[in-house]
Amino acid sequence: MKIREKQGGEASLHLMLLPGVLFVLAFCYYPMTGIAIAFEHFIPTKGFFRSEWVGLEHFHYLFQLPNFGSVLRNTVWIATMKIVLGLVVPILFALLLNEVRRTAFKRSVQTMVYLPHFLSWVILGGVLIDILSPSSGIVNSFLGYFGLGPVFFLGDEKWFPYVLVVSDIWKEFGFSTIVFLAAITSINPTLYEAAVMDGAGRIKQTIHVTLPGMMPIIVLMLTLSLGNVLNAGFDQVFNLYSPQVYSTGDIIDTLVYRIGLVDAQYSLATAVGLFKSVISLILITISYTLAYRLANYRIF
Amino acid sequence: MIYKNAFGRRAFDWANYVFLGGAALLCLLPLIHVLAVSFSASSAATAGFVKLWPVDFTLASYKYALNKPQFIDSFLVSLERVALGALINMTLTVLIAYPLSKERRQFRWRSVYAWFFVVTILFSGGLIPVFMVVKQLGLLDSIWALVLPGAVPVFNVILLLNFMRSQPKELYEAAFVDGAGHWSVLWRIAVPLAKPALATLLLFICVGHWNSWFDGLIYMNKPEHFPLQTYLQSVVINRDPSLMTTTEELKTLSQISDQTTKAAQIFLAALPILLLYPFLQKHFIQGITLGSVKE
Repeated sequence: MKIREKQGGEASLHLMLLPGVLFVLAFCYYPMTGIAIAFEHFIPTKGFFRSEWVGLEHFHYLFQLPNFGSVLRNTVWIATMKIVLGLVVPILFALLLNEVRRTAFKRSVQTMVYLPHFLSWVILGGVLIDILSPSSGIVNSFLGYFGLGPVFFLGDEKWFPYVLVVSDIWKEFGFSTIVFLAAITSINPTLYEAAVMDGAGRIKQTIHVTLPGMMPIIVLMLTLSLGNVLNAGFDQVFNLYSPQVYSTGDIIDTLVYRIGLVDAQYSLATAVGLFKSVISLILITISYTLAYRLANYRIF
Repeated sequence: MIYKNAFGRRAFDWANYVFLGGAALLCLLPLIHVLAVSFSASSAATAGFVKLWPVDFTLASYKYALNKPQFIDSFLVSLERVALGALINMTLTVLIAYPLSKERRQFRWRSVYAWFFVVTILFSGGLIPVFMVVKQLGLLDSIWALVLPGAVPVFNVILLLNFMRSQPKELYEAAFVDGAGHWSVLWRIAVPLAKPALATLLLFICVGHWNSWFDGLIYMNKPEHFPLQTYLQSVVINRDPSLMTTTEELKTLSQISDQTTKAAQIFLAALPILLLYPFLQKHFIQGITLGSVKE
């Protein structure tokens, strides 16, 4: 066809991509070759490939570290709680919000609940440190009215993981609520009419129409979150934790930071990071494959 | 509609309103409390008297924060990174999304390039190798360290290319028939058509740059190069005493308690986001559903 041939040359398309390709090569692909330092006694001045090779030494050392097991457990436990509650809470909230008829009220609630999503964990960390303080924090003075506490939420290893999960839900549930609400509004209204004809009340409509209608997006969100099982939220943990709560609150990413950039054990930190990257790659591949099979999802 | 149980329905509605309203308030209360603390006298704040309204209203904490050279420096670094970062991110996003939005028969290399970019989502060298590269390139302590490593926002590229693919193809074909090349089609048709999507992405990119703090922490050695969020992190979270250098500062600090000055700085750092919030909100739902239509 004539038109097809006329559609500009491919050369200009290559040219458009060139700057992006160069940046990605420099800051994504070139660092990938830096994985080599996990297998060396890396000396920064010698570059990625000239240091002494030591094979798997750092990995052997890593798996013998006494706290590595607990760090791995913390990471998976915190991330899993966040994934599960991060789905359940917004779904319930969207269902309840869907029952509201007054648009003004509905909109105000939405506006209020997703505000924290746009603030950084530095700001929210500062807020949490203030309100959870055992001496002057508003939460503990509130608990005081009931003769409870004071609880040192951020300094007590028993409480810390749950504080992480609750505060993460606080920040993000509004965002996900919108996603589910959008899914609910796209359900065909004739299905509800048919259900009413069959004598279904609101509860039955929710169970038999709304929830099945939301299922594709729920399955999609669940499968995609599988790739995050090793992402327990570096920004949040880093801004809230302290040595007192390392036993339950230290995660892989914070460990990499401390080993690598605080203690300057570059090779060991890279080994830990590589361990995480490889497992994450496997999980993400599985999750994208599942999302494609179950929800017909493609990234592009 | 007739309900079998009108009373039950109304009771549920009321409970629902109360619950949802309560939950929404609960989201804002911590922020309001910090705002109240920032306007309160330090003694009242330290004693825990401040709840949701300032006690002994004063602007002392704000005066302290705004007179601190370090605070102003960091504010400017943040503005600079947002401006530079948004410019670079947006330009690259458009330049990458347009070719990738073409079909394979128009651009045979499409999938090769697409995978080239998607691989960076799936796998990365990790913290230390990226740090070493930035260091090798001599970017430490330069504003470029905050802007260049994340120059290509792959997720945004995917959103934009899906948006471009959902546009009617006839518009493009007409231009090609008239003899336009890819550059003029990109500039005259694709970009104007994608304006709503671009506005959304621009807002998200600005918020992202404003909120970033970790890169500032690892790439900047000198505190005067910290962007605002990194500075805030060092003051509010880490309480680094080296950042309060002069005895003058230490003295003022003892007068206006840590707690109220921290609160004031937290609020000032959040202020630009709060000012943008009405716009964010408008583009927000659009942003989530952006590019969800695929062919």
